[in-house]
Amino acid sequence: MRYVDEYRDGRAAHALAGELRELVEPGQNVKLMEVCGGHTHAIYRHGLDALLPPEVELVHGPGCPVCVIPMGRVDDAISIAERPEVTFASFGDMLRVPGGRRRSLLEAKARGADVRTVYSPLDALAIAQREPDREVVFFGVGFETTAPATALTLLRAREFGVRNFSLFCNHVLIGPALRAILDSPDVDIDGFVGPGHVSTVIGTRPYEFVCREYRRPVVVSGFEPNDILQAVAMLLRQLREGRAEVENEYGRVVREEGNPEALAAIDEAFAVREDFEWRGLGAIPHSGLRIADAFAEWDAELRFEVPGERIEDPKACRCGDVLRGRAKPWECTVFGTACTPERPLGTCMVSSEGACAAYYAYGRHTREQVSA
Amino acid sequence: MSDAVITLADGAGGKASRKLVEGLFLEELRNPMLEPLGDAAIVGENGTRIAITTDSYVVRPLRFPGGDIGELAVNGTVNDLAVSGASPLALTAGFVIEEGFPVAELRAIVASMAGAATVAGVAVAAGDTKVVERGAADGLFVTTAGVGLLDLRAVLGLEHVRAGDRVLVSGGIAEHGIAVMIARGNLGLSLDVRSDTASLLPLTDALCSLGPELRWMRDPTRGGLATTLNELAAGAGLSVRIEEQAIPVRDDVRAACELLGIDPLYVANEGKLVAVVSPDAADEALALLRAQPLGANTALIGELVEDTQPFVLAQTPFGTRIVDMLVGDPLPRIC
Amino acid sequence: MCLGIPGQVIERLGDELARIDVSGVRRDVSVAFTPEVEPGDWVLIHVGFALARIDEEEARATLELIGEALAAEEALA
Repeated sequence: MRYVDEYRDGRAAHALAGELRELVEPGQNVKLMEVCGGHTHAIYRHGLDALLPPEVELVHGPGCPVCVIPMGRVDDAISIAERPEVTFASFGDMLRVPGGRRRSLLEAKARGADVRTVYSPLDALAIAQREPDREVVFFGVGFETTAPATALTLLRAREFGVRNFSLFCNHVLIGPALRAILDSPDVDIDGFVGPGHVSTVIGTRPYEFVCREYRRPVVVSGFEPNDILQAVAMLLRQLREGRAEVENEYGRVVREEGNPEALAAIDEAFAVREDFEWRGLGAIPHSGLRIADAFAEWDAELRFEVPGERIEDPKACRCGDVLRGRAKPWECTVFGTACTPERPLGTCMVSSEGACAAYYAYGRHTREQVSA
Repeated sequence: MSDAVITLADGAGGKASRKLVEGLFLEELRNPMLEPLGDAAIVGENGTRIAITTDSYVVRPLRFPGGDIGELAVNGTVNDLAVSGASPLALTAGFVIEEGFPVAELRAIVASMAGAATVAGVAVAAGDTKVVERGAADGLFVTTAGVGLLDLRAVLGLEHVRAGDRVLVSGGIAEHGIAVMIARGNLGLSLDVRSDTASLLPLTDALCSLGPELRWMRDPTRGGLATTLNELAAGAGLSVRIEEQAIPVRDDVRAACELLGIDPLYVANEGKLVAVVSPDAADEALALLRAQPLGANTALIGELVEDTQPFVLAQTPFGTRIVDMLVGDPLPRIC
Repeated sequence: MCLGIPGQVIERLGDELARIDVSGVRRDVSVAFTPEVEPGDWVLIHVGFALARIDEEEARATLELIGEALAAEEALA
């Protein structure tokens, strides 16, 4: 595949790995957070951690929008989906996320709820147009990467006068999450591998506060193995030279100013919530999007009554620590036992980008063999 | 098993399916012929060794590029016999038809079955038909069963697999699953891929000439190549080390999988063979399969190795990763 | 969810739609956020939308940067 395979050259990767070794001192412990779930997935999927020098530790962050949805919100989604007149449309990833009492949208579907997988919010709108006697609700999930698509869908819903469509909005913003991580008392991160696709929308300027206020370097990175290795090299170089700047490894799709049309769509269709609850991180101010007043008619939270409960994560669940980079998947006591991909306790195990899911699916052999 | 209802995941061929089979069906029906949970069961008395098998087909839509439910039903059962080292003696076919189903369509599907049966050199010798009310069957469900005579040259079984044995796959994966997904028409994707549904008899027959150097065969249907390799690892108690780049996948099929966010390793095939052979017979097995039109793209993808725990390990250009058993069901009603 | 795939624009279908080719797979996506793209351009696709045009020069520059370590190794060999 073009613009993919070229960034997967094995020989270049091994040479980069050599370069990384030159950029660290023995005994150093550099902790780099890769914020984006897509990076977590790519690292495990390609077995990239094998190429990192032992002095570099990659810490997984909260950039998995499925992972950060609190259980209470999942229950709200299920309550909407269970209504007989509702057709609940969602990305496939959200179907197995457990709400309270380990119920999920998939389970609701098995019990008769009309839950359908879509690949685009526009598909959900099309269902509403094709099936006028159904109340179609789309489960809007994702960071700024996905929010423009949902925004545009709302704009089209209004333009075409599609009344039987509404949005259950759970879009979140990456900047406030980064700040919350950096403000944690026990934060121990030296630099950030910046989100790739979020940045195509928001550009690179929103990360400048990380450098200015917290003196950490940020390198926005693509998702192919060599992109990630190159981004790590750029971060190590910055650290060695005592710099803290925003650099862009993913220049082929990320521009400094981002995508103005996409940002305009978000501005028109959404407003920023006062605060929004993130699983494991608690309530973060100005971190979530709600539907703008002009589009209130398409707001599922206004159209339907939802329980709106705040449900505590199960005691044994350490998703919060994993999302903040304070724990590795294998350090969670229920990893692989009470919490597995088939019977997940927490969201990190459900989403294909969740750290626990990625490690379980691709990487758990490394530690099993070490401990054997 | 504590789940109160059956979910789609239970039919996907992955972990949930396995749990259902082991925790419910095997528990209730337990008997020595069923226990190996092979593609076919081996039965016999007085020295005769017969393979029997059955499969149900619920694919939606009923027709897709490269085939239809009828062809799947015949080839699927023929293949379960073939990979067990048996040559089919006869098939039976059961039909559950929804009221209102067009007769012309039924005829076309049965004609497909006749065509596939002829190619496979077998006949549908008995059958049954039931009609249910509108809404109760989603068009048509087909169940086929088959009996076959075991090839005396074949000494097949997971218990014969050894460390050092090699793994082959007979051609490009994921074509059937993607063809059916595209045929559903709700994805906005279009590509020119056809289901690979075919009788594997020419391939399995060729390999049986290897005698005991041929250890085990399977057709990777629901759950894809990954599921079959995991069954191999678990059953043999050895790890399966594969070379990711050696696995044949067509470019457009790979691209479709990327767009859908699914891994081609988990997508169903209906005309592919996985074979495990001794290291000495690997080159010959490759040649035998490549000599067949159906096996032109056969590849040696990996080997069995001793390990502390049986995993399927894929070597990438960068490192290693596990290929875990399928969780959930990315593609329901695929076969 | 961060899933973004590169594809090539084959045809513009009106103001907001374009037909994209990804290694032989055809898909119609919204170009509401990349209205200026033309047949032959490469774009990044995410949930049915073209989010960004892929800049070929930047792509090449990145590849060169990535390849520097390997080039240095080979020069010494």
